[in-house]
Amino acid sequence: MTYIAKPPVHHPALQKNALGLTRRDYEGAITTLCAGCGHDSITAAIVQAFWELSIAPHKVAKLSGIGCSSKTPAYFLREAHGFNGVHGRMPALVTGANAANGDIIYIGISGDGDSLSIGLGQLCHAIRRNVNVLYVLENNGVYGLTKGQFSASADPGSLSKKGEANTMDAIDGCLLALTLGATFVARSFSGDKGQLVPILKAGLAHKGFAFVDVISPCVTFNDHEGSTKSYAYTREKNVEVVQADFVLPAGAITTAYDPGTVRTVTLHDGSTVRLRKVTDDYDTTDRDRSYTYIREAQKEGEVVTGLLYLSPSSNDLHEQNQTVETPLAHLPYEELCPGSAELEKLQKGFR
Amino acid sequence: MPQTNEFAFKIATANGTGSASANGLIMQAIFRMGIPVTGKNVFPSNIQGLPTWYEIRVDKRGYTARTPNFDLMVALNPATYQKDVQEVRGGGWLLYDSTWPLDPRLTRPDVTYLGIPLAEMCNAAFKGPRERILMKNIAYAGALAALLGIDTEIIKALLTEKYSRKPALMDSNQQAVNLGYDYARANFPCPLPIHLEAMDKTQDAILIDGNTASALGCLYAGATVGAWYPITPATSLMEAFKSFCMKYRRDPATKRNRFAILQAEDEIAAVGMVIGAAWAGARAFTSTAGPGISLMNEFIGLAYYGEVPAVIFDVQRAGPSTGMPTRTQQGDLMLCAYASHGDTRHICLYPADPREAFEFSAAAFDLAERFQTPVFVLSDLDIGMNDWMVPKLTWDDRYRPDRGKVLSAAELDELKSFSRYLDVDGDGIPYRTLPGVHAKGAYFTRGSGHNRYGAYTEDGDEYVDVLDRIDRKIQRAARAVPAPIVKTSPGAKLGLLTIGGCQAACSEALDQLEREGIGLDYMRVRGFPFGDEVRAFVESHEITFVVEQNRDAQLRSLLLLEAVVAPAKLESVRYYGGFPLSAHHVIAGVKARLEKAA
Repeated sequence: MTYIAKPPVHHPALQKNALGLTRRDYEGAITTLCAGCGHDSITAAIVQAFWELSIAPHKVAKLSGIGCSSKTPAYFLREAHGFNGVHGRMPALVTGANAANGDIIYIGISGDGDSLSIGLGQLCHAIRRNVNVLYVLENNGVYGLTKGQFSASADPGSLSKKGEANTMDAIDGCLLALTLGATFVARSFSGDKGQLVPILKAGLAHKGFAFVDVISPCVTFNDHEGSTKSYAYTREKNVEVVQADFVLPAGAITTAYDPGTVRTVTLHDGSTVRLRKVTDDYDTTDRDRSYTYIREAQKEGEVVTGLLYLSPSSNDLHEQNQTVETPLAHLPYEELCPGSAELEKLQKGFR
Repeated sequence: MPQTNEFAFKIATANGTGSASANGLIMQAIFRMGIPVTGKNVFPSNIQGLPTWYEIRVDKRGYTARTPNFDLMVALNPATYQKDVQEVRGGGWLLYDSTWPLDPRLTRPDVTYLGIPLAEMCNAAFKGPRERILMKNIAYAGALAALLGIDTEIIKALLTEKYSRKPALMDSNQQAVNLGYDYARANFPCPLPIHLEAMDKTQDAILIDGNTASALGCLYAGATVGAWYPITPATSLMEAFKSFCMKYRRDPATKRNRFAILQAEDEIAAVGMVIGAAWAGARAFTSTAGPGISLMNEFIGLAYYGEVPAVIFDVQRAGPSTGMPTRTQQGDLMLCAYASHGDTRHICLYPADPREAFEFSAAAFDLAERFQTPVFVLSDLDIGMNDWMVPKLTWDDRYRPDRGKVLSAAELDELKSFSRYLDVDGDGIPYRTLPGVHAKGAYFTRGSGHNRYGAYTEDGDEYVDVLDRIDRKIQRAARAVPAPIVKTSPGAKLGLLTIGGCQAACSEALDQLEREGIGLDYMRVRGFPFGDEVRAFVESHEITFVVEQNRDAQLRSLLLLEAVVAPAKLESVRYYGGFPLSAHHVIAGVKARLEKAA
């Protein structure tokens, strides 16, 4: 992906985390996305989340597919290994990497085209395997790099920049993830840093597949009248949000904004989107109720945000495969080769 | 004329009736008699009911190629009877189940019919339809023991080993063997003129299929991650790897696994997992067949251009498309050599038999990591799934994996700066780092245009710089892949060049041609890119016959492209009907060309 190197100059007054690092140490190159792109806000939230958790950047691996969202790993954690793979196939790469070395902290960045169209199958199976990764779907309902085609998350009836109406139903990543047995499901907005940062932190703390759908308006191709994911709307919404808290260890995730409030935003064409935050009595450990809650809200034209589901138990890929503690990538050869005497012995069975 | 320890027979049964154990028993017993033997399973893409055949060739000289000349037919499948009868050579024998009358239209005057009431005897001796069907098959093994002179003590020993924990099964199997044996002895002149006599030609050999041997190669090379999607004829490779891992790769204290086998949702994901795992530092591989390679193409290009090691087994089957999944072919030579879009060229290894499958599998991991690139091991269904007699596998305990240029934390600490794609040593191979090791080692692996420092680029010169270095790197691998096998015939002006599993048929054909006064020099290529000796071989012969198993002469095309030789010097000899190559295919092909010239 294109990028511009960022000068490594730090202001001496910048706050430091437990590792003695400032937020600048968690940044990457300067973005080449469009000015005001929602994805850049998500990048900022990722920087914030890693910094707050005092994770050493080089202990992280950041992987992505293809598309605007998949460019963003270049824009954070410059001291982390990055892998910008092929379109829609990041889940396979991160699954293999995780199998080889589960000690690394994995973050996967994807988009709605990457995850819900070309890579839908890979996303589903990574969820089923419960690969330990923070999976961020930067969702703008549109193909940006190829200039404005609908994606699978575009709402029915929404208009493209050229005025064409989308005729198909949208795939809702969160509902999909819940159906497939995801152990961590959340939704947030790119502009809602107060909500997003604690969700990302919780996702990083979760041992298993942490699915975070982040609505992230495309300023160039999906920011016009008729778009249900317009930028003006999120900006409006962002003002409303109250700072949330995230307290380690995972499980004690609290949100401090007005629970149960619904905000209705009127777009230029007169259509409205209402956003509901999870309520006090919302039980994040009840998969069926979470599913129903999101569906009910959807019927009312509302998009539920927050931590939507967190499984009380999570058997990740390594538990399922019963792998040893030492990463497979670092097992000494002596522990892997049975040796010539054993080869001689086992061949008795081939006579 | 066939004689002692030099004949072939074929057993026709229905899939899923347990004939595989009877056939295995016969083959193993002959092997233990010290006689060179080879078995070819001709099976349908089906679980139960369709016709299946097993061909056994016994040859005291050690020839193991398939022969289509059958001295004896064991015709136990009414559905294929008519065809099976036609396949016996004149003067041969046919064993059939005489429980039912034989249709006179199916008799041949030049064939001796041996009727044995297998079903009748087994129905009387055993209870239940399942056991009766299974034992009917064991009974024909007993009959063959009498007719061919298989050592009954060896059969007894094999049954004892197999059913040591199931004495009831051992008794019924032995009983069934005796039924067939006794009936044949009482009713026919045993043994037949084609029969066995014990030899001492197999004591240093084993019977093994190529997929099992490849799995052992992966185990011994220290592979820890296997990702795959089930596909005929590659499935048994990963399954064998799994069973070896369960035996040798479990932590004795914790019982936890020193391996991960990931059954992916498709071949795209499978190779993606391999690339991800290798990128993170594990030795990783996938096993597949042609359709899988087709799906993997995009990822293969990523690994080539991003320079990530990967080992890919292609157990070739007859294509195109689904083709004939249970028939063999060498149809993926071009596909693998240049897999993926854009300019690519891949290291390929071509084992000729299970022993080489074992050795090349282990070597593939070294090559993949040394050259930081995908490496293909191309066997085929015949090598992968049939039992071959090969010299015992050996392992050098001094072997240590060549992990290639991977920088450690200490080495990175010493470095001023690290650039992923810089040709520091001038050999085209840059240094790489693993995630999680050191902050200085961080870089971005990408399939998009990048320069020698690992940064994204759309600059033509920077892009060409990296692309050309990768080409130099892969071309250098020509000296690292297994060298061709060469055998010369004094004064020969003609050459014969082949690949992989054609070896068995070619060496038999060369001997035969030599006896007829046609001497040919022989070369079998074992790796790609080709070394200079390949070009030299072609140039030093008037004509080189290129023997391979595909329609489009893919090996010949590779030679024209890569060894840059004159097309007129390469005469193609091909067979691609799905059966393993036979010597007669090669002999006929060579003679046809020579007759045309004369």
